[in-house]
Amino acid sequence: MSLLAVEDLAIHFGGVKAVDGVSFEVEAGEVFAIIGPNGAGKSTIFNLISRLYEPTRGRIHFDGADITALKAHQIAPLGIARTFQNIELFDHSTVLDNLLMGRHIHRRTNFVQDILFLPKVRREEREHRRRVEEVIAFLELEHYRGKHIAGLPYGVRKVVEIGRALALGPKLILLDEPASGLSVEESQDVAFWIEDMRRDMGLTVLMVEHDMGLVTQVSDRVLAVANGRPLALGTAAEVQADPEVQAAYLGTGDAA
Amino acid sequence: MRVVFKTSYDPDIDLHDHAWKRWGIALLLAVMAALPFLVGDYYLAEATNTLIWALAGMGLMVLVGHTGQVSLGHAAFLAIGAYTDAALMNIGWPFLLSFPVAGLVAGVFGAIIAVPAVRMSGIYLAIATLAVFVIVEEMVILLAPITGGIGGIFAPTIEIAGIGFDRYAALDNFYWLCLVVVALVTWGYANLMRSPTGRSFLAVRDSEVSARALGINVTRTRALAFGLSSGVTGLAGALMGHYIGFFNYELFSIFISINLLLVVTIGGLGFIPGAFLGAILITGVPQLISILRDSANATLGIDLGGIPGLDTMVFSLILIGFIIYEPTGLYGRWLKLRVWWELFPLARRDMFRRQKTYLKTERMR
Ligand SMILES: Nc1ncnc2c1ncn2[C@@H]1O[C@H](COP(=O)(O)OP(=O)(O)OP(=O)(O)O)[C@@H](O)[C@H]1O
Ligand SMILES: [Mg+2]
Repeated sequence: MSLLAVEDLAIHFGGVKAVDGVSFEVEAGEVFAIIGPNGAGKSTIFNLISRLYEPTRGRIHFDGADITALKAHQIAPLGIARTFQNIELFDHSTVLDNLLMGRHIHRRTNFVQDILFLPKVRREEREHRRRVEEVIAFLELEHYRGKHIAGLPYGVRKVVEIGRALALGPKLILLDEPASGLSVEESQDVAFWIEDMRRDMGLTVLMVEHDMGLVTQVSDRVLAVANGRPLALGTAAEVQADPEVQAAYLGTGDAA
Repeated sequence: MRVVFKTSYDPDIDLHDHAWKRWGIALLLAVMAALPFLVGDYYLAEATNTLIWALAGMGLMVLVGHTGQVSLGHAAFLAIGAYTDAALMNIGWPFLLSFPVAGLVAGVFGAIIAVPAVRMSGIYLAIATLAVFVIVEEMVILLAPITGGIGGIFAPTIEIAGIGFDRYAALDNFYWLCLVVVALVTWGYANLMRSPTGRSFLAVRDSEVSARALGINVTRTRALAFGLSSGVTGLAGALMGHYIGFFNYELFSIFISINLLLVVTIGGLGFIPGAFLGAILITGVPQLISILRDSANATLGIDLGGIPGLDTMVFSLILIGFIIYEPTGLYGRWLKLRVWWELFPLARRDMFRRQKTYLKTERMR
């Protein structure tokens, strides 16, 4: 049984068929990449899985359950975390607080207990902090712990966003272009982290990425999409060799 | 620069990470508690008024500063608090019971109207809260048997365990009562902001989509913030009723709502001390203006009192100046001064210029 199964997913914005009949399955423990030219509908697929968008048709199954009818805030508790293409951090908070916000689904206290700051709240805070420190150590963010997001360089912000998703303790992590805008060294770090996430943390990774070097290096399977439709599915090499995929990237042919 | 070595997570969880900050707060509280022995009744009454405004300011700060929602209707919650407390005391409830219930009623009312309102944002929410204010005002007039209608109502004298807390007969006691309430609410507010609930407020304020992706129920979080906000404002309203003594619906005008918004924006959005600084400014500046005017009259023989609206104009100019030149508020100014002092003489002029570097990658620099 696959961890995530997307079945004939489609969403139309007015006349724009952003996603139009995409199906794929992601196995537990797999690194699965989605590639495609700009505007192909990759981020939209993520937003559909996150339930931020309402699909026009199709179903999404996670861990054996149909999640198509859930609300956006009911997705994280199932163990799905994500990052955004255009970094969506809490800019006025510190790195530490951003990561702690990633622990929201694990909170066990209500607002009355919080206001009184009962001993239970402190115990929970220590536990959250311990988990967040593991993420900080993993991503080597020690130096930035107390810094506010607004003043951080782009590359660090991207890493903090990955950290916030990891702090959630997910089974599946969705990474929307984790290496875009990063230097070669930074991209290499991202590649190693993705490998560690799978190997050491037992995570399943679904990512969108333009950097074919990174995709080839880390992913088990690749799905190519263009104009909202799937083009090819297979290993990175197979997909890259596919004539339809090449046509879609070069803008020649009528792969659409 | 202070350097703090931390050997456990607790200093980060504690309200204050330095012992000296704790002592600072203790000293401030001690001075505040001793105030009745230090100043006369006139200034003590002013200080009481400032405390009540700070309380209401904290109420609005939760909403505007920490959850990013605007309300033009907070005078309505002041009114609900004041009338509930007075009405309950009039039917014989003791203050110790009527006071928290007044806050609770205002809070529950706020949370209920919030459920539809929080789906709106920006100007629409502002208009919706304004509508709530108008409705509450009408209700006050309609419920004349309870609220005294247009005529008004007396806030009964507070008595706890046989001790009087009358605003005139026992001003010292009333001041202390307000101080205790404000101190407790401040403590609870500070606790909230270091807990998961407070973090969820900030999350909703700064990025709604991330908040949802992290499992935060945005509607419920906003409604909770609205409820807590109106509850605290209701408590302030109850105290305000006792402070004024006799009031009708006109006490809770739209100008009170606007002044409350000024308290939080001028004080510093998103900072608890900002509510206090804003309250000091809003209650202190009109006093200062009238003192200056009187002394101008006495020493220079210039009778500015004859010019109508002068007070209001000077007051407004000060407020506008703040909003234009100090958008981070009084508390922001204080933080800058502190950094400047700590780094002296190394502070640079451009240190607080907003950083725009984050749009570039490190490679491009
Ligand atoms: N909320 C929306 N409303 C209308 N159109 C949308 C919306 N979201 C996406 N689209 C459209 O759907 C199409 C796919 O967009 P999407 O962001 O998924 O592309 P992408 O594959 O992620 O591209 P990129 O590589 O540039 O990130 C685009 O034509 C876009 O304009
Ligand atoms: Mg995209």
